[in-house]
Amino acid sequence: MATIKIPPVLRGSVGGEKEVEASGSDVGEVLRSLASQHPETESQLFSEDGALNRYVNVYLNDEDVRVLDGLETSVSDGDTVVILPAMAGGGP
Amino acid sequence: MASGAELIRQIKEQIEEVDPKEVHEISSNGHGNGSGPVIVDVREQHEFEESHLPGAVHVPRGHLESRIEGAVGSDRSKRVILYCASGQRSALAAHTLQELLGYEDVASMRGGITLWKDRGYEVEVPRALTPEQRERYSRHLLVPEVGLEGQMKLLDAKVLLLGAGGLGSPAALYLAAAGVGTLGIVDNDVVDLSNLQRQVAHSNDRIGVPKVDSAEISIHEINPDVKVEKYPVRLGADNIMEIIEGYDVVVDGLDNFPTRYLLNDASVRLQIPVVSASILGFEGQLSVFHPYEGPCYRCLYPTPPPAELAPSCGAAGVLGVLPGVMGLLQSVEVIKLVTGAGDTMAGRLLLYDALGTTFTELKVRRDPDCPICSRDPGDISDEEMGVFPDYEAFCAGAG
Repeated sequence: MATIKIPPVLRGSVGGEKEVEASGSDVGEVLRSLASQHPETESQLFSEDGALNRYVNVYLNDEDVRVLDGLETSVSDGDTVVILPAMAGGGP
Repeated sequence: MASGAELIRQIKEQIEEVDPKEVHEISSNGHGNGSGPVIVDVREQHEFEESHLPGAVHVPRGHLESRIEGAVGSDRSKRVILYCASGQRSALAAHTLQELLGYEDVASMRGGITLWKDRGYEVEVPRALTPEQRERYSRHLLVPEVGLEGQMKLLDAKVLLLGAGGLGSPAALYLAAAGVGTLGIVDNDVVDLSNLQRQVAHSNDRIGVPKVDSAEISIHEINPDVKVEKYPVRLGADNIMEIIEGYDVVVDGLDNFPTRYLLNDASVRLQIPVVSASILGFEGQLSVFHPYEGPCYRCLYPTPPPAELAPSCGAAGVLGVLPGVMGLLQSVEVIKLVTGAGDTMAGRLLLYDALGTTFTELKVRRDPDCPICSRDPGDISDEEMGVFPDYEAFCAGAG
């Protein structure tokens, strides 16, 4: 099982949880397992062709999966997957 | 009892003395790269300020025991060469370091800076702080990572704050207090009662006042020496290059994606580092985008999320203290960029969760295919600045 850290904007789709446990042997499987537990997250994470949306960054532990093997990056027990959409909040 | 002169003679027999010629050879051969000996001036403040050996650090003899480690480090085997005006005080100081503090490789320069100058060797004439500045910044001067040199850099620095809101307020106050010479502020808003839960540069009696004017008042209440440049405008493609050019660091507290992309592209073109933070609810993000030395904002976020996944603080709410925390983390990064001390957040992204009190650090890599920073700054055109895929749809959706 891996731990997925859920960003604030997606928490409404997972019942308010900050972290969700999900299983899978690679990052893609782990995220799809999240999407099957919480169907609302599916369209936020994946585009219609099944690829990760470009505005969602995913990290395995502290490394961006784009510099690893993308969705095929293998995941071990106890790994943390961080989902990170950009935030813009600041001034007003 | 020995006379003073006799004592000094005896002590000089127990320590190593070196000729200015030898010190001159060291200081003109790669001294200052950290590996060579440390040259320490043990004279009084006013003597050091008049002139000193190039690259020398200053530890007045009266503070020798308490400050030498800060200046030289705790490695007792490091070569330390002390000097004063004529070689007497430095001989006594060398004796103290050797006998009482266990420094193993200490020498005193014979004849002091007087003989050095007689030989025609060059001296450094530092710019001095006024007595008022020395008092004001005394706690910086005591920290070796800042010191007089770092304080001078801060006084010469020009830092631009984008927004005098939640993030910009604490940054404005602390950077003013730290002695940043010029603070530019871009904000076209006026102070509103609902701002005061977090925007500490403003006050109850300034509701309705333009934020740039209100922030200027607070800055000058803390430090009247800071020059404030006010830009009561909205940052856009038509004015961004003109506004940010000439600043050493930009502090990004912007509240929307189109302007963040615009800022990124302009700062890459002008090669100005940007200290970026964003906040939402109880969570903050922080990074430094240092053009061509680390990734840019587009390397991290190639495209913004759709509007429904990108709420602003105004709409979604934020813990009032959170922008204080994040704005001050930004201020620390600014000071490190200006003084050169420490390691900045370039290439790293910090996530702060205030509710759980957790800090998560992620690596950010330069994207070799980045549409902006993989290219030469001169090749980036006005037309493509701030543009991103689906820009039209994004802006329509954001209303």
